[in-house]
Amino acid sequence: MADTIKLEISRYSPETDAAPHFQSFEVPFRRDWVVLDALNYIKDKQDGSLTYRWSCRMGICGSCGMLVNGEPKLTCATFLADYAPASIRVEPLRNFPIVRDLVIAMNDFMRKFQKMKPWLIRKEEKPVSEGEYLQTPEQLDAYKQFSMCINCMLCYAACPVYGLDPLFAGPAAIALAQRYNLDSRDQGAKDRFPVLSQHDAIWGCTFVGECTRVCPKHVDPAGAIQQYKLTAALDWVKSVVMPWGGK
Amino acid sequence: MDVTTHDVLLVGGGGAGLRAAIAVSELNPNLKIAVVSKVYPMRSHTVSAEGGAAGVIKSDDSLDEHAYDTISGGDWLCDQDAVEAFVNEAPQELLQLEHWGCPWSRQDDGHIAVRPFGGMKKMRTWFAADKTGFHMLHTLFQTTMKYNSIFRYDEWFVTKLLVDDGRVQGVVAIELMSGKIQAITAKSVILCAGGCGRVFPFTTNASIKTGDGMGLAYRAGAPLKDMEFIQYHPTGLPFTGILITEAARAEGGYLVNKDGYRYLQDYNLGTPTAKPVLRSMELGPRDRLSQAFVKEQEKGRTIDGPYGPVVHLDLRHLGEKLINAKLPFVRELCTKYQNVDPVHELIPVRPVIHYMMGGVSTDINGATPLPGLFAAGEVACVSINGANRLGSNSLPELLVFGARAGKAAAEFASSAKPISNSILAQAFDEQRRIENQFLRNTTGRERTSTIREEMQQTMETSAGIYRTESSLAAGAKTLRHLQERSDNLALDDHSLTFNTDLVAALELSFMLDVAESMVQSALQRTESRGAHQRTDFPKRNDEKFLAHSVVFRAADGRPRVEYLPVRITRWPPGERVYGQPAQKASAS
Repeated sequence: MADTIKLEISRYSPETDAAPHFQSFEVPFRRDWVVLDALNYIKDKQDGSLTYRWSCRMGICGSCGMLVNGEPKLTCATFLADYAPASIRVEPLRNFPIVRDLVIAMNDFMRKFQKMKPWLIRKEEKPVSEGEYLQTPEQLDAYKQFSMCINCMLCYAACPVYGLDPLFAGPAAIALAQRYNLDSRDQGAKDRFPVLSQHDAIWGCTFVGECTRVCPKHVDPAGAIQQYKLTAALDWVKSVVMPWGGK
Repeated sequence: MDVTTHDVLLVGGGGAGLRAAIAVSELNPNLKIAVVSKVYPMRSHTVSAEGGAAGVIKSDDSLDEHAYDTISGGDWLCDQDAVEAFVNEAPQELLQLEHWGCPWSRQDDGHIAVRPFGGMKKMRTWFAADKTGFHMLHTLFQTTMKYNSIFRYDEWFVTKLLVDDGRVQGVVAIELMSGKIQAITAKSVILCAGGCGRVFPFTTNASIKTGDGMGLAYRAGAPLKDMEFIQYHPTGLPFTGILITEAARAEGGYLVNKDGYRYLQDYNLGTPTAKPVLRSMELGPRDRLSQAFVKEQEKGRTIDGPYGPVVHLDLRHLGEKLINAKLPFVRELCTKYQNVDPVHELIPVRPVIHYMMGGVSTDINGATPLPGLFAAGEVACVSINGANRLGSNSLPELLVFGARAGKAAAEFASSAKPISNSILAQAFDEQRRIENQFLRNTTGRERTSTIREEMQQTMETSAGIYRTESSLAAGAKTLRHLQERSDNLALDDHSLTFNTDLVAALELSFMLDVAESMVQSALQRTESRGAHQRTDFPKRNDEKFLAHSVVFRAADGRPRVEYLPVRITRWPPGERVYGQPAQKASAS
């Protein structure tokens, strides 16, 4: 196998470029290198202006999501060896505004995420001095999967609906709302209902399932959305059939 | 220049910063809080913590035992009043986090589950599988979203603390998205910017851990404390430095050499048993385990790997079911990054830089000697960690002292005088410095990455697991030279939009200051204690060095070391005993 590999990297600076373009770099090919190692090599040795986000390099901080040959990936967990000897194309995540090179703007997600009220809501707080809220391992399992979201934005880059309808809340925000709705300690599902049941929040999802396919943490946002649609539909039925409140 | 104004400003949005922000909000909802972080808060390095968080909760345990384990684990360099406050408040802080939604692992009856951990005599480590830091950080971050008084500056890099009239009154920061440089003023500032593992070449630490907070304080005149105490974690994956949590050994994993021999039995850490024994063998403290690795290497009993010598962590006997339930992230990391499945194969590991016991010197409420400046978390040194931190003490530390610093900073802000008008001139000077030294400088000749690599190699060679006068003196000299060269940096990137080349240069300058403080403190501590091992002074010397090193930045930029006594309350200095004698002692 060749001892170098070619990367074609999307470059864009709003100060000088009208549109993104590709630039080729040649880096050493090492079997244990991931795409992020190659980017760091380029930045350190060849072009310090190459711009991307990264931090933990162990797939938990959620910073280094990019498109690798068109697929949303965490670049810290994507090995060069899986693509060699062919060249590798690295682009910013799609469906987001590009800030520079491989950095996208994610304020839209942050705003939608906060609207979901992603915190534990109680009608009455038990004082900490009285100890923990009990929660069995089975009750923990009911929401645990959705609590694994690292906010890496791969699911937004994969979601065809988010690409077309910027009002759609998107897979991660909905999964994280469900993470609290399904937590046995939480009593806030009704507070989240108005935001979640809006047309654009969940009903836009056509269950393509791409979000679940690309999720590096097996969160299954598509499952969360379908589950919530069912809950919302039943709540709607309840509110019509039992207007005095079925809960 | 734009100026924004708040009451309390947090530098850093990891566990300590977010806990502090909530503490301020709860104490006084009228105070305007700013969280300034160079990354979105949920990217902060707290996210990578795996094993757990210690806090006494079970009936067979006691606060005194947690205090004793911490103090003996720290080789008697901990301030015991701080440790007592810490063990006392840790359980309620962990419970508070539970009330905010943290998905702690549970017993079948729904109560919190605990696991054993290194250096701890009782089971007291709370955990959320092996992603404890991740769940704690996301719980804290999501909880902060409900407080309207918390304003976030996401992806802003702080370059300087503004000091006037003898007190800290804000910061100068760059908004990465736009390149705008501005002053953010506040009546009190809390540093929660984490440690600086990145001064070394091989570390578990994320790329963002570059000692910015320590550098900011040091340059503003606040001293750093106990900087020579640097923790090697015994089990990192070679090449990547990815941490394999101590929980892997707490669940029953073995450390073996090239002969499959559990070598820790040769280093005064007890005798091997099939099931893990607390404070023994693989559950000894991190400093002793990392030192044992070097001794094994010297005996030629390690295994040669492509990235240097390794030993093996053996989890195979634990079985797939337990590994999936208790250590799923360990399995994921090993299969994904090392191409090894711990259910069937041995994991190659070697010691790796993990944690700074030292940091910005604070009192028990997080206050530094510089009025208006507070610090909490890894950036700070209270000190509860002494010469060696016990695993699972750092997560509760950032809660306990984050909350304490938040309260103290809120009180300070409530009674502080208004911001001085004259600090704006300082902010302008800082803006000019950044523009002239970096953005508009076209005559520089040095590459940031080259100097960074040389610094990292210097630190490993001079201030690694074992140190000598000659290694440290040589390191100090090289670092001085690197400081001079770093005045002459050439950036490739002169633009304003998300300039990570500029950030890397500014981070390097903080790291060089921190590195010099570490080497100088290590040079002057002519004894061996905890993680600071001098082969030329192999014994602990309580007469001379039962004292904290306190390092100031002199006018010429060089470090100047003074000493402060250790505060002893109830546990006079004794011998650190691990293995069987410790069990006998605890049984009596």
